[in-house]
Amino acid sequence: MTSPPPGAATPQLSGPSRPAPGPAADEGLARRLRALACTAPLHDLDVRKANLAGEYSGYAMAEVALAAIDLVTLTMDFDTGADHEQIVARLLPRVAAQTPTRPAAEHERVARWVLENLINVGSVDRGFRAVYGTFGQDGAYVRRDYDFKLIEEVPGPGGTVYLRTTDEAVNVLVGALDTDVTSAQIAAEVKLEVLISRGRLADAQLAAEQARYRTVQYAEALRKTLEATRRNVRAVDWLRAVPDMIAEALDHIADRYRHENAILTNIRKARDEAVDQRGPDHKRQAAELVDIVKDCIRRHTQLQSRLLDAGPMFRAEQDRQAFAPPTAHAGIDLYGQLIAPLLPLPVERAIRVTDAFFARGTGLRTPTAVRVGDLVDLLLTPPLEREHLGAEMPEPDLIATPDDNRFSEEQLASAMDLLELPPDAPRRLSGLLAEARRRDPALPYLVALLAVHAASPPVGTAYRQGEERLLFAVDDGTELDDEEFGGADLIVGTALLDAVGMAAGRTEGV
Amino acid sequence: MTEYRTDDGAQPERDLASEADDPGRSTAGSSQPHGTVAHANAGVTPADAADAARLVSFGLQPKLLPARDIEYGELLRRHRDDPAFARLTDAIAAGLGLVVLEVSTRAGMAVTAAEDSVFAVRMGDYAKRAAPDSADRFLHGLAHLAVAAMAFPRPEDLSDDGYIGRVTVNGIDGFVRQACRRLEERAAEAGENTDPATDAPGLEAAWRVYARRSATGATKDARRLAGSTTGIVGKAVAFLVDSGFLQRTGDDAGGAYRTTARYQLQVRDMAGSAAMTELLELGVVPVGDGNATLLPPLENHDLDLVADAGLPFYADQRGPS
Repeated sequence: MTSPPPGAATPQLSGPSRPAPGPAADEGLARRLRALACTAPLHDLDVRKANLAGEYSGYAMAEVALAAIDLVTLTMDFDTGADHEQIVARLLPRVAAQTPTRPAAEHERVARWVLENLINVGSVDRGFRAVYGTFGQDGAYVRRDYDFKLIEEVPGPGGTVYLRTTDEAVNVLVGALDTDVTSAQIAAEVKLEVLISRGRLADAQLAAEQARYRTVQYAEALRKTLEATRRNVRAVDWLRAVPDMIAEALDHIADRYRHENAILTNIRKARDEAVDQRGPDHKRQAAELVDIVKDCIRRHTQLQSRLLDAGPMFRAEQDRQAFAPPTAHAGIDLYGQLIAPLLPLPVERAIRVTDAFFARGTGLRTPTAVRVGDLVDLLLTPPLEREHLGAEMPEPDLIATPDDNRFSEEQLASAMDLLELPPDAPRRLSGLLAEARRRDPALPYLVALLAVHAASPPVGTAYRQGEERLLFAVDDGTELDDEEFGGADLIVGTALLDAVGMAAGRTEGV
Repeated sequence: MTEYRTDDGAQPERDLASEADDPGRSTAGSSQPHGTVAHANAGVTPADAADAARLVSFGLQPKLLPARDIEYGELLRRHRDDPAFARLTDAIAAGLGLVVLEVSTRAGMAVTAAEDSVFAVRMGDYAKRAAPDSADRFLHGLAHLAVAAMAFPRPEDLSDDGYIGRVTVNGIDGFVRQACRRLEERAAEAGENTDPATDAPGLEAAWRVYARRSATGATKDARRLAGSTTGIVGKAVAFLVDSGFLQRTGDDAGGAYRTTARYQLQVRDMAGSAAMTELLELGVVPVGDGNATLLPPLENHDLDLVADAGLPFYADQRGPS
């Protein structure tokens, strides 16, 4: 395939008298048109947000869409894809950051809208179509349909539906069209190492993320190949080609594993040194990089265990298929003689074959013969109501249990009110007890119990539940001088918890 | 394999003669005593006709197993041992518009509908939406073909009476998808532009119709999306379960199934050859000689495995002529 000479392009602009260029000149154009089409749904989102009821101009829809594609690609695992709800949930912080003043329900609506539009839920094949024109062999102009998907829904275990990004989406996203998976990965990682050695972590992170996209793509490709080898032992070269392929893949993993471990060591060093020289931002970047490379290693390990299973699987299939006694007569090779020749045919011709198979391959149905008498009954019978809620529950027979609580609700409220201390002013237990005694003679006992309980406050639980303040009690050695109670005169106070910071710290933690 | 067909002669004599040649029924043929034909013509009673019709009616309940029903089993034994009764049964079946595939304790009275029989399944009844839309109609047909191909991946599996195929819905879908992907790649390698002309959708390549239909889709009530390919394959296997051709074994990978003896007979003796004939009429089939087409490569064959190929088949042996 050659590109047209540079001189040929100029007369093209001169007018309609110019003969149509051949298909060779057109092909590159068609490929670029298709690549361009893949970005169209993203632009379309920003155009169409005006049609949504409400004020949505503050959202950058294309940005949310690209983030969604990133998220789906990164959560695409070996077996399954990304969970729809999980993606929506992980999109929310970004959407919320775009318009912090808007309600959370609207943020979720935007995230869902973007994700559903990327799947294109409205169309029957859940994909996109772009129309473009090319010149055929005879110079005639033909309009063609280009069908593509960005995020597709695939079946998961147990009938669930997962999301996966298509090759088109990954290619558009990574920006590397028509590249070899293996070499691109190696290139990405060499680049990463160079970047790290020069200390350019921002670039290194970009490269590491690209390496991870490549890893995902590579794992996906191998998974499909392995699945296919289960079918017919004779269809694959079990003697050389498949073992070679597996060995090659294992070599590749060993190589990558060594490589990535080396990178990991380097970045960890960079991360630990970064803080004193270049500031906390650098350290955070390095920590994220460690995460990404660790994820790469995890994916490789997963891939490796699959590859190791391949050998035993082959031997079992070999036993089953090759050592069975030969039968007297051979049947039809349904795939080789029917499906394989059928699929390349135009659909209007292929349909004759599938119709013939359908007519004779579906068995028989006994036609229902209805008498008029039965028909009347049948038509007059009210439809059976479906039981949505199951059988009716019997009304439970409840017996009122005696109220044996030592303290009443009012007393508890009163005690809690008493312990509602400002964070900067802790108080002695003795003072609290005296004040409680003035309110209610039974109250000091409850206050004392609460104070003792606060001596070992459940800090972790409070953080997990997002509490903002926590009661605590400390013993500083002072004796409690009280008419009812003895022991230490605890200092009781309120601690403020930084729940938001704690949550952020937990997600960043390695 | 000889077929019993209503249109090529429903005469009992002819059916009986072909039965003796039929290798699938060699046990019935070998035990047949000579000289019973004349005797049988004389002795058909209404009770015999009722029994024969009863046996045919058992055959019309494809999910009924002979081992589970004493009367069914006795009638099958009588069919085997009494040639006159066998001839009478076959004649009744032929008269009803049924094709007898095999009569044995294994498969029971395996009958299927002849082409224009009242028992035949029509695409219009099968999928209401499919009739006008040729893409859907094609996908439904292809789904049935793919189920059979996955259930009997090798020619030996189809001819081995003891073979039980196992399929899953997602496995079938993945299998066809991979085959389509391989074709897509080959078209891309050859530099073809497979996007169809906008005004001629019928000229779109068959694989492309399948490839661009989505595999699954979320629905409001958590059922399969009917128009997705797993929805279409799921409908096909559910229908085949009702035909007594598959038995559900589990819920893995969208539903796991195993084949019954009847399905093997149906595919081997009816559907496979009919589809083959149709394909031959289109003039595209390299005539198969019964040997497997999925062969190991030659000694010096250089395996051209693309990383994403899915199916490691060999290009020169797979292609259409």
